[in-house]
Amino acid sequence: MIAVEGVTYRVAGRDLLADVSADFAPGLLHLIIGANGAGKSTLVKVASRLLRPHRGRVSYGGVDVASATEVSLARHRAVLSQAIELAFPLAVRDVVMMGRYPHFHTHPGPDDHAIVDDAMRYFDVGDLATRDYPTLSGGEKQRVNFARVLAQVWRPSPAGTRVLFLDEPLTFLDVGHQLDFMKKIRTFAAQDDVIVIGVVHDLNLAARFADRLLLLHHGAVLAAGARADVLTAAHVRTAFGVGFVTAVAPGIDGTHLIFD
Amino acid sequence: MTPAARENRSAGRPWLVVLTVALVATVLASIRFGAIDFTLHDMWSSTVAVLRGGTPATLDGRIFTELRLPRAVLCMFVGASLGVGGTLMQALFRNPIVEPGRGGTSSGAALGASLYFVLGAALHIDQTVWSLPAAACAGGILSTWLVFGLARNGADGRASIVMLLLTGLAVNALCLSGIGFLSYIARDPQARSIVFWNLGTLSGANWRAVEFVGAVTSLGTLAAMRYAKQLNALMIGEDEATYLGVNVGRLKFIVLAINVAIVAVATAFTGVIGFVGLIVPHILRMLGGADNRFLILASALMGGTLLSLADVVARVALRPAELPIGIVTSVVGVPVFLSLLRRRRYIF
Repeated sequence: MIAVEGVTYRVAGRDLLADVSADFAPGLLHLIIGANGAGKSTLVKVASRLLRPHRGRVSYGGVDVASATEVSLARHRAVLSQAIELAFPLAVRDVVMMGRYPHFHTHPGPDDHAIVDDAMRYFDVGDLATRDYPTLSGGEKQRVNFARVLAQVWRPSPAGTRVLFLDEPLTFLDVGHQLDFMKKIRTFAAQDDVIVIGVVHDLNLAARFADRLLLLHHGAVLAAGARADVLTAAHVRTAFGVGFVTAVAPGIDGTHLIFD
Repeated sequence: MTPAARENRSAGRPWLVVLTVALVATVLASIRFGAIDFTLHDMWSSTVAVLRGGTPATLDGRIFTELRLPRAVLCMFVGASLGVGGTLMQALFRNPIVEPGRGGTSSGAALGASLYFVLGAALHIDQTVWSLPAAACAGGILSTWLVFGLARNGADGRASIVMLLLTGLAVNALCLSGIGFLSYIARDPQARSIVFWNLGTLSGANWRAVEFVGAVTSLGTLAAMRYAKQLNALMIGEDEATYLGVNVGRLKFIVLAINVAIVAVATAFTGVIGFVGLIVPHILRMLGGADNRFLILASALMGGTLLSLADVVARVALRPAELPIGIVTSVVGVPVFLSLLRRRRYIF
């Protein structure tokens, strides 16, 4: 269980997050939605302990993360951020291997190699292993980084529940890869020692795949819980300024939102 | 795993062997050739004489053990320092055009040395063999400290890379104008000393300098290798490195401290030698890849090799006169560097 309690984070006197509280239970896919500037990425950064809140606390399994070392956290908490560019040319496989850095001292062991190969196969980037990362397309880069962050938390960790944060993972992906990724992440999140927290812009994908939704509005929680409780006409109108009708398509789980 | 992946991962290792052989060969050549060329027999008998606790019988022998040998070894260590410093600074700044002295270190050292040349004579400061290196080293450390003090953000105490680069640029400019002013007011011999020092020279080499620079370079390189993996993580960004378990603030401080130590000390004994620190990491990335676990050690080996080569050229080209080594490194280094950059395979 990850608990965010009364968190306020401000930059230059402005509250990006104002007294935000939220719980994230294991075995579920949690997706954060909200308009631009609602504080979604900031919440991910505070909950993953990149940023320290000005007020409030973040705890993993009841333990405050404020005092944890970077490396002890990194053994069971991985974060996918947006648009990773490399300062120098490096082979794709070396980039994926970075996900194992918290787990070995100087050089990777056989387990690390095996996990990297598995993760690359899982995201279908095995063929890119020897390519220079800067030569890849945006979508290929994104998939390489999926493999990297998943390699970081591939196996159960003695350090505690594994936590995966995804900040807008679907950028650069075509619709096929978007669906493929969301399905894989839902499978990963279904393990009972895993918590996945993601930021997604597409409300339909969010509605379809999330086990729990968290709707942010102006740095505060507008609604949280199951899809039906969060994606109400009133909430969507307040948060995004648009209305919608729902449609049910045969053969697809969940309802589809059509915005006016 | 595919054989190709395996191959790619160990790409650097054969190069370490090649670089070691090249370093040994170049240092041997640098010992042998110079204002006078020694025969292998001279070299051997002088070395044996020294090892037995005596001094060589001939003048040539003494030139060999007291001038040539310490110069060659010092040159190797200074080159290694500049190579490692270049790799560290480029990795830390995530920027391929950074030189080891970019943080204000080498221009500060040059200002310290210039102050010593001008004021040392005027104030009758005791001139020992350590006075100039001490002044230069102090200048280098002070100006670097100034850069980092000014680049820090008042709110959270973090120094961003852009702030560091720009502040370094400003402090460099300040130091250079200070050096210009000192050259302007200096008397002729002092002004010449300043010019020579800014072009780099190894002619002041002695065994004490070798011991000091050798110890600092070796310890600094070994210490830096412990942080190679963390510097790799920094390649994908500071936030991402944090997510991978790196304490980025601490890493910056430690790596900068190592860089200042090795570059300030090396510069203090030899003056400002340009281009080695910039070019070595680039050549190595093209040969063996950008992994810092390979780059740091390899840049020590290649830095030593290139500077020894430059020193041979500096001594032989106009012999018995001697070129300032900084001119050789630039004249030879720039075309090599440009031609390497124009190859298509290297992308950044």
